[in-house]
Amino acid sequence: MKIQVDSEKCQGHNRCYALAPELFDVDDYGMASVIGDGTVPPELEEKARLAIANCPEYAISEV
Amino acid sequence: MPWFSHRRADGYEPFTRDLCNRLIDGFIETGRGDAAAGYAQQIPVRVIARGARGSRRHVRHLHRLGARALEFAHDEARRRSGRIAMMNYLGGELEKRRTEPGDDLISELLQTEIDGKPVEDHTILGMAALTLIAGVDTTWSGIGSSLWHLATHPEHTARLVAEPELIPTAVEELLRAYSPVTMARIVAEDVEFQGCPMHEGDRVLMNFPAANRDPAAFDRADEVVLDRAVNRHLAFGVGIHRCAGSNLARMELRVAIETWLARIPEFRLAEDGEVTWAGGQVRGPRNIPVVF
Repeated sequence: MKIQVDSEKCQGHNRCYALAPELFDVDDYGMASVIGDGTVPPELEEKARLAIANCPEYAISEV
Repeated sequence: MPWFSHRRADGYEPFTRDLCNRLIDGFIETGRGDAAAGYAQQIPVRVIARGARGSRRHVRHLHRLGARALEFAHDEARRRSGRIAMMNYLGGELEKRRTEPGDDLISELLQTEIDGKPVEDHTILGMAALTLIAGVDTTWSGIGSSLWHLATHPEHTARLVAEPELIPTAVEELLRAYSPVTMARIVAEDVEFQGCPMHEGDRVLMNFPAANRDPAAFDRADEVVLDRAVNRHLAFGVGIHRCAGSNLARMELRVAIETWLARIPEFRLAEDGEVTWAGGQVRGPRNIPVVF
């Protein structure tokens, strides 16, 4: 599984970071980015799906 | 703004927890209290004033001014005098910081340049007032609604006491179910959206609380499901503007609930008291008399 954040859509809600800090980082403005190249280790796939499903801006997607 | 980052918000957690404990100290011996007026409403303005590095006396003053500017929608003269008093107060604070800058929002804005130009004073005052007002009744409404829900749902209270690690998830659910804020926008150009024509200049209410109970978007939309894992709620807005203080608000909500439940694990509405609510664009309880 591989994920990405659309920085055009992200408004900095921080939901992904709160749910899966192993997969996302946020800057001081709240803007999210994936850690590394967005590859999700199998044990974190559930967290990645939750992050996708909770983003109010639909900014996270599976590549 | 970096001032509102989750890292900064987390930095205020120890102060907030200490504040919540001190508020509870003030009434816990009596076996009763007002979870709204005596607790929820006392938290946000003090946390924000702490961010502005205000003294205790200043914090009390700001609390009074904030209440005057916000709480008297039916009394325009009183409201206006509250707003004027607040701008005068903030203007004095700005002048002080011009010569003695500190580690606070006004000082930071005084030293900020946008497109090579300093930020104008009236913009700084507007930002300071907005920060104060926007972060106050909204957050106290959220804390108050959450405590009202717990006072009326003992099974939920018991579950959060037993599983405090569930509180961050429950906070999102309480934000969904009792979203305090309805925002508005002005239509920028003529458009038809889902069969509804809107014209340039029209004012549109964005009813986030209704959206958050939309059965097409949420399973069991009218029920509070404490462990709702998928919860794409819009309590802090959606699209071009997100609530700038959402990190701070979430921290305050979580810490206020955690601290209350750690100290007062069983409580219910007082039969001889009356719960009162504020309506309008920011909705939440203003009095929640409880016994424990």
